[in-house]
Amino acid sequence: MRIDCNHVWEHISAYIDGEVDAELRAEIDLHLETCEICSAVLDSTRNVVILMADDRVFELQAGFSERLHARLDKEFGTEPKKV
Amino acid sequence: MSSAEPNHTVDLSSREAEAECIRRILAGEKHLFHDLIRPCERAVYLFLLSLLRNESEAEEAAQETAIKAYLNLHLFRGEAQFRTWVISIARNEGLLRLRKQGARREDSLDEQVEEAGGDFTPAVLTSWRDVPADVLERKEVAQLLRDAIAGLPAIYRNVVLLRDIEEMDVRQTAEALNLSESAVKVRLHRARALLQRSLAPKLKGVAPRRKGLFGWSQ
Repeated sequence: MRIDCNHVWEHISAYIDGEVDAELRAEIDLHLETCEICSAVLDSTRNVVILMADDRVFELQAGFSERLHARLDKEFGTEPKKV
Repeated sequence: MSSAEPNHTVDLSSREAEAECIRRILAGEKHLFHDLIRPCERAVYLFLLSLLRNESEAEEAAQETAIKAYLNLHLFRGEAQFRTWVISIARNEGLLRLRKQGARREDSLDEQVEEAGGDFTPAVLTSWRDVPADVLERKEVAQLLRDAIAGLPAIYRNVVLLRDIEEMDVRQTAEALNLSESAVKVRLHRARALLQRSLAPKLKGVAPRRKGLFGWSQ
């Protein structure tokens, strides 16, 4: 049985995470071979996932870590460690 | 400038090493807590920022989370990873603050309703296939991503933050958010669909057009 585009889209996230079973994966792969739309949807979704994992998307505010550890030192009742 | 890379002075490379570090802290070497919490602090802050949507409040809540994790360390049983446990403390801290603010319902993480509505149909496009490695050096691209994530409904935003931004696995994400694994998967799928839908049309322009109309190599 051939699956349709909607069916592929429903499983695209699980497909990217390698969480679809072998049979469904084979069906999706077969569909992707001939469907340029789904192929592009898969690629763009995967691209979004790759970009989000990049540390440069969200950077901590300057001094965040230092302030947090200074607060902990205060809690410990010790002087901050000299860096 | 982002903060300098941490210098780990203790081994945290395995669950056993983590447990040993915790045992030493509880036995009195409290300075080791700095090393234990350091790998978690980015996730804690971003999670709270996602929840509270205010940088200074997220920072304050992150500090509070770290202190609560320290004070309650004896309660950590090692069933989850330390980071997962800390995120769940951050979640409680964030929810407490939201309740104090009289949060709008939309921002409640207690909301278990899966039907947040919305159209999860992907944006259909045929030209954006590659991610150039240097694309994030362009600040506007990072901003587009942040805006798209900020625009997600809260129940999806938190899942995508832990799964795709902090790269926690489904089980850890479920534990940290007190959700079932299947709920995490459903929310992640919808979050990614919404992000693809909003981002793909904007980001396709940043990829070099090396390929043909439908992305196939000529």
